[in-house]
Amino acid sequence: MAEAILEVRGLRKAFGALAATDGVDLDLREGETHAIIGPNGAGKTTLIGQLAGNIRPDAGQVRFSGEDVTRLSAPQRARRGFARSFQITSVYRDFTALDNVALAVQAHAGHSFRFWRPAREERALRDPARAVLDEVGLGARADVLAANLAHGEQRQLEVAMALATRPRLLLLDEPVAGMGLEESQRMVQFLAGLKGRRSIILVEHDMDAVFTLADRISVLVYGRIIASGTPEEVRANPEVRRAYLGEDA
Amino acid sequence: MRARTLVLAACVLLLAAAPLVAGALGQMYYVELLRRVMIFGIAAASLNLILGYGGLVSFGHAAYLGVGGYAVGILAFYGVNNGWLQWAVAILASALVALAIGAISVRTRGIYFIMITLAFTQMLYYLGISVEEYGGDDGLRIKVKSQFSGLIDLNDPVAYYYLVFALLLGVLYLVHRLVNSRFGLLLRAAKSNEARSRAIGFSPYPYQLAAFVISGALCGLAGALYANHTSFITPEYMHWTRSGEIMFMVILGGMGTAAGPALGAFALLIVEDLLAGWTQHWQVILGPLLVLCVLFFKRGLAGLLPGGGKDG
Repeated sequence: MAEAILEVRGLRKAFGALAATDGVDLDLREGETHAIIGPNGAGKTTLIGQLAGNIRPDAGQVRFSGEDVTRLSAPQRARRGFARSFQITSVYRDFTALDNVALAVQAHAGHSFRFWRPAREERALRDPARAVLDEVGLGARADVLAANLAHGEQRQLEVAMALATRPRLLLLDEPVAGMGLEESQRMVQFLAGLKGRRSIILVEHDMDAVFTLADRISVLVYGRIIASGTPEEVRANPEVRRAYLGEDA
Repeated sequence: MRARTLVLAACVLLLAAAPLVAGALGQMYYVELLRRVMIFGIAAASLNLILGYGGLVSFGHAAYLGVGGYAVGILAFYGVNNGWLQWAVAILASALVALAIGAISVRTRGIYFIMITLAFTQMLYYLGISVEEYGGDDGLRIKVKSQFSGLIDLNDPVAYYYLVFALLLGVLYLVHRLVNSRFGLLLRAAKSNEARSRAIGFSPYPYQLAAFVISGALCGLAGALYANHTSFITPEYMHWTRSGEIMFMVILGGMGTAAGPALGAFALLIVEDLLAGWTQHWQVILGPLLVLCVLFFKRGLAGLLPGGGKDG
């Protein structure tokens, strides 16, 4: 069995009386796709926020390849190899698609106190960015402003930005949310192509996507993981069926 | 893009020819007026770096105009007239003040940022009023303008005009290079989407602070120029209405455009001058005019040029 790249132990976060994360333990092995599912309000996005470093947990620990990163900020974690996509699309809307990805490359190319040379002419930034855009299928849209991309294309762009940082851990918060059927199939196909090569935490509502992509699934309800296992195990779990899958399993 | 370049080139040529025309017509007043416009163009260009490209709404940019001006004035007061030294001190002192103000304010956002920058500038304003040694409220006359080892005589209005003209072009070019460098792209990216920036792994703070300091330093240069322009410094340099005026030039000209601040300074000060020559209640007319401009030219005057409001 491969080493766990991400270990979460006893993670807790309360907003007032509401325990959004209530003692979560979670493991992600190198190269594995671990999906987190759960009904609305289960605390999935809060959990991703704590993994990415945007939200500070009240208690518990997050370890990334052996290192305790619980107290590190989002940029510090990003520089260690975390990359995330947001539930609500988050790109640089007034930059072109290529600019967006090139900025992600730049963020991982040392400091940016370089004041004179036009960054848009630097091949060291543009070439890798172009390659990633081609990889996600946005190559032809490189020079379009992100704001003018279709919704599905913006989601693809987010994934491209995450990949451009050469991440060791991908945190994907509902990557196919709001996509049309065809778009979402293409995205799932693309993510399936990453399987085994990337370590991925996937939060997703779309059950087709989850059961296609996940090696393991954890079910989060009211901030607690009530079940965890292979897709078959989770699908067969009576508690899960009652709490969540009920209607569509 | 072609047409836009032509229009801007024509503006540059007109500015270059202005002293000759004004001289021929015996209207030297306009040389002084345009020189003032261009000095404020530099101040506005410096603010544009952090406001237009960085999204940092500094409501205290007059502070650096004041610090730059007082650096020249106070050195002259003690008989130090060496321009190289005076202007270097003006730029460095402004950079240091910007570093201090920025170190605190850049950590904050929105209304807090506006209020902190305003508060610091008001502190400097009242400091200027309270220090009797340098004229306090009445200001301080500069008897001898900055001396540049005989290279250029600032008492010659046309020579000084061309110096300011060259510096304006230099500052506009500098800002243009800055905002298209790696540094500038990160600065603009942080403005565009800070959460995304943090997620891809960069902390905006050091870059925004650096931009704040560069911006302050450039405005300090404008302060040194303005002190020599008026041969007089007063705390009024740092009054909050002055900060508002510079901010308005940027917004009117087009935030985040290379030529916008200069256009804004030109439009605001020339219209102000025309109206003031016509009626003493010129502010009653200028106010609504500015409101209309903001409402109808969303991307500022630069947005009216061929090619629209977006340039690097």
